[in-house]
Amino acid sequence: MNINATLIGQLIAFMVFVWFCMKYVWPPLLAAIEERQKKIADGLEASERAEKDLELAQQKATEQLKEAKAQAAEIIEQAKKRANQLVDEETQKGHAEREKIIASGYAEIEAERNRAKEELRKHVAALAVAGAQQILQREIDAQAHNDIVAKLVAEL
Amino acid sequence: MAAEQTTQEYILHHLTNATMCMTDDGLKFSHGKELEHASTVCQEAGFWVWNIDTMGWSIALGVLFLWLFRRVAKSATTGVPGKTQAFIEIVVEFVNTNVRDTFHGRNNLIAPLGLTIFVWVFLMNLMDLVPVDLLPWAAGQIANAATGVDPHNVYMKVVPTTDLNLTLALALGVFFLILFYSIKVKGVGGFIKELTMQPFNHWSMIPVNFILETVTLLARPFSLALRLFGNLYAGELIFILIATLGLWQLPLHFPWAVFHILVIVLQAFIFMMLTVVYLSLAHEDH
Repeated sequence: MNINATLIGQLIAFMVFVWFCMKYVWPPLLAAIEERQKKIADGLEASERAEKDLELAQQKATEQLKEAKAQAAEIIEQAKKRANQLVDEETQKGHAEREKIIASGYAEIEAERNRAKEELRKHVAALAVAGAQQILQREIDAQAHNDIVAKLVAEL
Repeated sequence: MAAEQTTQEYILHHLTNATMCMTDDGLKFSHGKELEHASTVCQEAGFWVWNIDTMGWSIALGVLFLWLFRRVAKSATTGVPGKTQAFIEIVVEFVNTNVRDTFHGRNNLIAPLGLTIFVWVFLMNLMDLVPVDLLPWAAGQIANAATGVDPHNVYMKVVPTTDLNLTLALALGVFFLILFYSIKVKGVGGFIKELTMQPFNHWSMIPVNFILETVTLLARPFSLALRLFGNLYAGELIFILIATLGLWQLPLHFPWAVFHILVIVLQAFIFMMLTVVYLSLAHEDH
């Protein structure tokens, strides 16, 4: 337990150990630790950023989807409106066509009837003239009474 | 416990260092049948006696520490660390955190100094948990085989921190650093001012201040040295006393060893922390 030269020996040993530790042990170990800490911090930051990006992308996608849906609904609405309009237009056109056809039919019938009347009248006149001629042949000269017959035909 | 020794002799045998000295007759080692004889072998050498067991074990443990840490430091990867590296890094991180929390300022010496003290002192304290008879017995057998001396006359104190020389050497090393940094940071004038103008800042109180501050300053290395030495010496002594109890040592040894695990880590930690605190104080300019 006496204080002796060991004190000096230990002091030297202590100093050498501390020097060695300071020079060759501490710096590389701490450098490795700090480097890794930095790596981990970077990694965490990157993952956080990626998470934020993902969230943003999801938000964007949702928005776009909503927009697309709205657009689709609008298009469908427009198409329906257009279809209704078309149907209406066509119906109207059809109606008009029908009216026109009916009207033309009537007109044709009228014309036909007029022609038939005319023809009938002509036939009746001829018949009347023929009848009158036969009756009158005995009594009157055809030449002498031609103007009267013509007058009769015009009156029919 | 050797049959031919009395209990007192046994205890003294365990608490005596193996010494070595240069005398006029050449290199002498302390071994002898009687303790009195052993301690007189090197008496004429006075101060120049070497405790070879303290020196040997402490340097071996210090080299073990540096070898282990250097090996890991050389192959340290910044990626996923292996188990050894992870363990070493835990120790380094632990020391670094404590130093950063306590020591504010830039000094590349403090943290490695703390690490060296913590691990080295811990390893030396750890020798306390080796069964008290094992290594002295082995040393006796080896010395007997090598030189033919009686194994009982060979001394071997395996816990270097139970040697006041070692703890005082550590404390003095720290003390020199305190003086060095005090003067480096504050200058000679600042350091003298710190010793004389505190705690009472008046010229008439300079002698009182000087006495107070000098005692405070000098108490630091001695409290460091004696705290470590006292704790470990007492612990070792109790291990030896338990070993003299015959069969009773079996139930007693284990609880004391478990308790001692706490003591050896704590003492290493305290030595490191106080060193950092003292050096931190030395860096503070008032």
